[in-house]
Amino acid sequence: MASDISIMLAGFGGQGILFAGKVIAYAGLLDGREVSWLPSYGPEMRGGTANCSVVISDEPIGSPLITNPDVLIAMNMPSYDRYIGDVPSGGVVILDSSLVSGYTPRDDVSYYPIPATNLANENGLRTLGNVIMIGRLMAATGFASEETLRLAIDKSVSARHTDLIEFNKQALKLGATWQPDSEQGAESKPGAGSADTESEMAGIGAAV
Amino acid sequence: MAEKVLMKGNEALAEAAIRAGCKTFFGYPITPQTELAAYMAKALPPIGGTYLQAESEVAAINMVYGASAAGVRVMTSSSSPGVSLKQEGISYLIGADLPALIINIQRGGPGLGGIQPSQADYWQATKATGHGDGQIIVLAPSTVQEMTDLVALAFDLGDKYRTPVMILADGLLGQMMEPVELPETDGVELPEKPWALTGHGNSREKNMANSMHLDPQELEDSILERYERYLVIKQDEQLAESYLTEDADITLVAYGAAARVARSAVNKVRAEGISAGLIRPISLWPFSVDVIEQQVPISSDFLSVEFSMGQMVDDLRLVVDGRKRVHFYGHTGGIVPTPDEIADVIRRIAAGEKVNQVAFRSY
Repeated sequence: MASDISIMLAGFGGQGILFAGKVIAYAGLLDGREVSWLPSYGPEMRGGTANCSVVISDEPIGSPLITNPDVLIAMNMPSYDRYIGDVPSGGVVILDSSLVSGYTPRDDVSYYPIPATNLANENGLRTLGNVIMIGRLMAATGFASEETLRLAIDKSVSARHTDLIEFNKQALKLGATWQPDSEQGAESKPGAGSADTESEMAGIGAAV
Repeated sequence: MAEKVLMKGNEALAEAAIRAGCKTFFGYPITPQTELAAYMAKALPPIGGTYLQAESEVAAINMVYGASAAGVRVMTSSSSPGVSLKQEGISYLIGADLPALIINIQRGGPGLGGIQPSQADYWQATKATGHGDGQIIVLAPSTVQEMTDLVALAFDLGDKYRTPVMILADGLLGQMMEPVELPETDGVELPEKPWALTGHGNSREKNMANSMHLDPQELEDSILERYERYLVIKQDEQLAESYLTEDADITLVAYGAAARVARSAVNKVRAEGISAGLIRPISLWPFSVDVIEQQVPISSDFLSVEFSMGQMVDDLRLVVDGRKRVHFYGHTGGIVPTPDEIADVIRRIAAGEKVNQVAFRSY
């Protein structure tokens, strides 16, 4: 995929939003493209929400702030509600259907729901729902190859957590290969609502 | 070529400072600068350096004074309200002809203001970094790469002209990550500082680090000597980047993060056939007078874009001196204008309108 892409990632603090953004940005860097990564910073971090903007482009990047993201990655309901209106017509929405449900879908954007948090918990990849979301993004947009993203994971996981690299790669694979069963499109199941994202592994998102 | 890595501006700047031979840092935490100090706290002790979190910004800048007087390559970093606290010390550094690197990762003011990106400290940095007659060199990066590239230059200019130097960035540049190629680690040779207070067992005349001259003639002489150096700085150290200015009817002038947005806006209107260009001052003091002067015969209009109520636009007006129209557009308080907003302003100027505006209001 050679065109520019702007991605807004949003969710709870502790879900690894900033880390997921870093992996995506690193993939762009490894592909030799211009990239920027900008986190939300300040009091809202302590209030529980986290978001970051990633731009991948073939031109020098002007503002790293995104007002109309080509892709919204929403990992909780407040984030979905806050940003869905900013996605331009034709945009892509990747959402964690474990935690985002009961919304009225727009008919001018493409939805790629995946129960990332539940999948992570069921597959021994607790707290790696963020990386499962990257896998879904990869499958939905082809913005980078799996090989590039695996390298990006190597680069992004901090030296203290290298033992978690393999789990991250499993999560990437899981997200990329997961298929919705009978339901299609925006039909996400009412969330099982497992918001249990706190664990000893939660630190990797912030460990940059 | 070294491998490009993804780093935050604050951290890349800190690493570049270490690689430029700075092993001494005094500071006090403040958002959105804190990662810079935190990086130093981790990185300096293992290489035999000194990181000290002072009890206040005032204490930190005076520790900088002491270290600089002893001939050490030294720096401090803060954000807007913290830099205000350092102003007295900066004035003393100027008065004692001591080099030091001061980083301001600007946030919205006045007062405690906010913590989002701002450029509202331009006046403070370039006109009044402290009381008394005096200036400091001010450099403004606009990418994370430049956050690193300007560090060694800043230290070297400080040593060359015996003056404090400020890198004036903002929360956007400090917090964002971009690919960056870090400078090589080896081969930093720090200059001799024969003026330093190093202890010598009475083997030479004593050196003094002092900004007090109670005899007015002595004080005036010391200031005149310093302003001789300022003349050289203004002549030799202007630094700016031009983008599509050769045929630009409308020239945008913007520095730092605002220049990124301005450049995107130039690209947008160029695609519509409006000949716009961008001058990006990298040295804010000395101001990029020469490159703007060269642009005056070419452009009919100049547009300053800033994250403030309009500060650098004053310097732009001084250079253009009424010969062409000067416009201003900005946002302040932590709001970053979008490329679309700027592009719209350029279209209005192209249609003959005079713009002097923040958000939707003219001032």
